[in-house]
Amino acid sequence: MQAPSPSLAADNLACRRGDRLLFRRLSFRLEAGAACHVTGANGAGKTTLIRALAGLTTPYAGKVEREGALGLLDERTGLDPDLPLGKALAFWERVDGCTSPDGALATLGLQPLLEVPVRFLSTGQKKRAALAALLNRAVPIWLLDEPLSGLDADTIAKATALIRLHIGGGGIALIASHQALDVPGMTSFAIEDFAPSPAEEEA
Amino acid sequence: MIAALLRRDLAQFFPFTGIGAALPVVFFVAVAMLFPFAVGPDANILAKTGGGVVWIAALLAAILPLEKLVARDIELGFFDQLKLRGMAEEAMMAVRLVAHWLSFGPPLVLATFPAAALLKIEGETLQILLLGLLVGTPGLAAIGLMIAALTASLRAGAALSGLLLIPLALPILIFGAGALARQDQVSLGFVAAISLALVALAPFAAGAAIRAAREN
Repeated sequence: MQAPSPSLAADNLACRRGDRLLFRRLSFRLEAGAACHVTGANGAGKTTLIRALAGLTTPYAGKVEREGALGLLDERTGLDPDLPLGKALAFWERVDGCTSPDGALATLGLQPLLEVPVRFLSTGQKKRAALAALLNRAVPIWLLDEPLSGLDADTIAKATALIRLHIGGGGIALIASHQALDVPGMTSFAIEDFAPSPAEEEA
Repeated sequence: MIAALLRRDLAQFFPFTGIGAALPVVFFVAVAMLFPFAVGPDANILAKTGGGVVWIAALLAAILPLEKLVARDIELGFFDQLKLRGMAEEAMMAVRLVAHWLSFGPPLVLATFPAAALLKIEGETLQILLLGLLVGTPGLAAIGLMIAALTASLRAGAALSGLLLIPLALPILIFGAGALARQDQVSLGFVAAISLALVALAPFAAGAAIRAAREN
């Protein structure tokens, strides 16, 4: 059976944080092989958008349509801080039914760290571990929240290459980042363009 | 997925593994040890009041593990990642309830043997006490889970959960300790019924609570 081609679409989306409307009338549609870069200052609503797209929060208005499984990479890795990295990752491999995790570990250079408890890892190392967990899930839609922050130049190049590979293989990637990304064919929009005007906020 | 999660949760919360400290059990025995020092070693008084002391110790011990029961995994993004894999919050909380009870109820029942020896509780009283704790601790675990989930996003959550658990646990305490005073096992039926209702309710209440915690 052929799986339906993945897609991710937002229709007239609006989200709030607390009492403040962060953005409204945000619509886009990403089909297989598309990458989209969301830019915006800190607090502009990038993370809020990602969490709404992931279905973790209910948007204030509008709706999200999605075809295909979704993986999220954000500040919070979901890895148990007290466990050695190898065991923490092994839990998610079991949950995801992943039988060959070694490829992702090797790609991201995690093998020397497998015995180190997660809480001793640096920000960049944790991010690499989260990327490995995402790779091992083999899902078509990637939501990446600041995937490059805390990474060294070498790993940034690797992560970018992984994103290119992912969309090249028919995946979808939506990346919220204030850093520039070198991904050919990537569209981009600034979340501030959808912020309500002062007049609207009065209303 | 459920089996993998249960295994992970048990490894996290069981005494002497992961973050699951043996503190509640040690605390429980410590209270039983202190009581004879406070009221004197009169075997009659101890045997009469000891059962109630064990129940109070169990109730207080139930408060100790609550701080890390839910809040920590919310901060880790652990529940978010499970949600993305299609697991319902209710299922996560049902598994958490089983793991929480297994790492708190049976160890407490076992610790009742040394505690009972210190308090001169024996024979049928001991039997009713053990049975009561066995059917009462699932209810205490269920109340604990609901409170832990509801207070997870509050800054003073840990302090609040202790205050919230005490009144909610009162029915279990009344019937559980009451069975000891009357030496009848009928009240234990009430304890079991309360526990059962709480266990059935807890995954839904706690699941709704961690969903709501995402929205702020």
